[in-house]
Amino acid sequence: MITIIDYGCGNVKAFVNVFNRFNIPVVVANSKEQVRKASSIILPGVGAFDFVMKTFNESGLRDIVENKVLVEKTPVLGICAGMQILADSSEEGKEKGLSWIKGNVRLFDTSKIPYVTKVPHMGWNQISPNDSQLFIKIEDNSRFYFVHSYYFEVAEESNSIAKSIYGLEFTSAVRNNNIFGVQFHPEKSHNNGIQLLLNFSKI
Amino acid sequence: MLYPRIIPCLLVHNKGLVKTVKFSAPKYVGDPINAVRIFNEKEVDELIVIDIDATIENREPDYKMIENLAAESRMPLCYGGGIKTADQAQRIFSLGVEKIALSSSVIENPLIVSEIAAHVGTQSVIVILDVKKKFFSKKYEIWTHNATNNTGKDPVEFAKLCESLGAGEIIINSIDQDGVMKGYDLNLIDQIRESISLPMTVLGGAGSLDDVGELIRKHGIIGIAAGSLFVFKGKYKAVLINYPNPIEKELLIRANFN
Repeated sequence: MITIIDYGCGNVKAFVNVFNRFNIPVVVANSKEQVRKASSIILPGVGAFDFVMKTFNESGLRDIVENKVLVEKTPVLGICAGMQILADSSEEGKEKGLSWIKGNVRLFDTSKIPYVTKVPHMGWNQISPNDSQLFIKIEDNSRFYFVHSYYFEVAEESNSIAKSIYGLEFTSAVRNNNIFGVQFHPEKSHNNGIQLLLNFSKI
Repeated sequence: MLYPRIIPCLLVHNKGLVKTVKFSAPKYVGDPINAVRIFNEKEVDELIVIDIDATIENREPDYKMIENLAAESRMPLCYGGGIKTADQAQRIFSLGVEKIALSSSVIENPLIVSEIAAHVGTQSVIVILDVKKKFFSKKYEIWTHNATNNTGKDPVEFAKLCESLGAGEIIINSIDQDGVMKGYDLNLIDQIRESISLPMTVLGGAGSLDDVGELIRKHGIIGIAAGSLFVFKGKYKAVLINYPNPIEKELLIRANFN
């Protein structure tokens, strides 16, 4: 079953709401036993990098989630800060990331942003997707809802599966085999977001 | 490219939706859940829902209603009304709401902004300032309790304070323009926009999509909220929930955004 990791960060209920509308069963997991049974995993995340990493480390769920993702190869989708912690490190903090996908999380170059508000990058922006599974029926330049000030700079270009532009072109979705991450919020992105979550649920 | 946000704002009074004029004369315009469903279909950028009874009645937010709204909402949802503590804010987030809006509680205790932001991240904490022009003056003052209580505070200075305390966004709501549908108070908006770099949303006065376009032309990336424009249709103000369709919206933005 699709399993949303409830480690204390992120809008878990918003994901439950989406899947409920389609009568797709989901589990909100806050115990190892629940995670063990997962057929796919959603890793939400809201907040600063160190806060999210520390909360995940202290939740007692990291080991079992890593076992599922790295050994059993269970599909996982990190969302927003849950995507950023897939990286090695972040300019936002000192904690080590999960290092499931090589790269660093960097602050936007505010000198290149022509608006009064530099960060956060907040609102609806387009993506150029490039993945045969996650973006089925999602067209080029589809709009998604973003709110973040840092972005994932991949070490290997092949791990970047969507691009967006905010001052500079940045990676708005990542993939390394069974490990996926999106910077935007599919749970709050109308039909495109619903389509993405349905696509992920079938991987 | 990043788009300006065009945001319907809904007011809840006696469990129904209403639209006011200058914060008075609430007119019933429908059922909150039904409105959220229609706005889902119309793919609105965000939705703001304000319970205008909670602070006046000095009661807790209506968590059941908020939960129902969040369960339906396929877009970012901002809830305001009666939030006084970080615990209340936390509880509202756990129901599936992205943003909470504070107003009178911030005027009474500005530090609540930092306290809530520490729990949930700054981007989720919105401050709404209800602003009215002073008589015989170019200055503005912040009012609370549905425009019955003049705090005497200057919105420019207070917006700066909120920014320094970690607010994620400021919504400027013009009491004088509310429901009048004759355009936004551009002078007020300029004053605030020049003083803060936070994301900013403006509310009060939109009478047509031209008013929305004018703000996009002037301010580019900004949140443009409206009540009457999206719940009334025609010169007799028939109740009809409406919003530009994706093509109309794209054309409106492309024509004005550079």
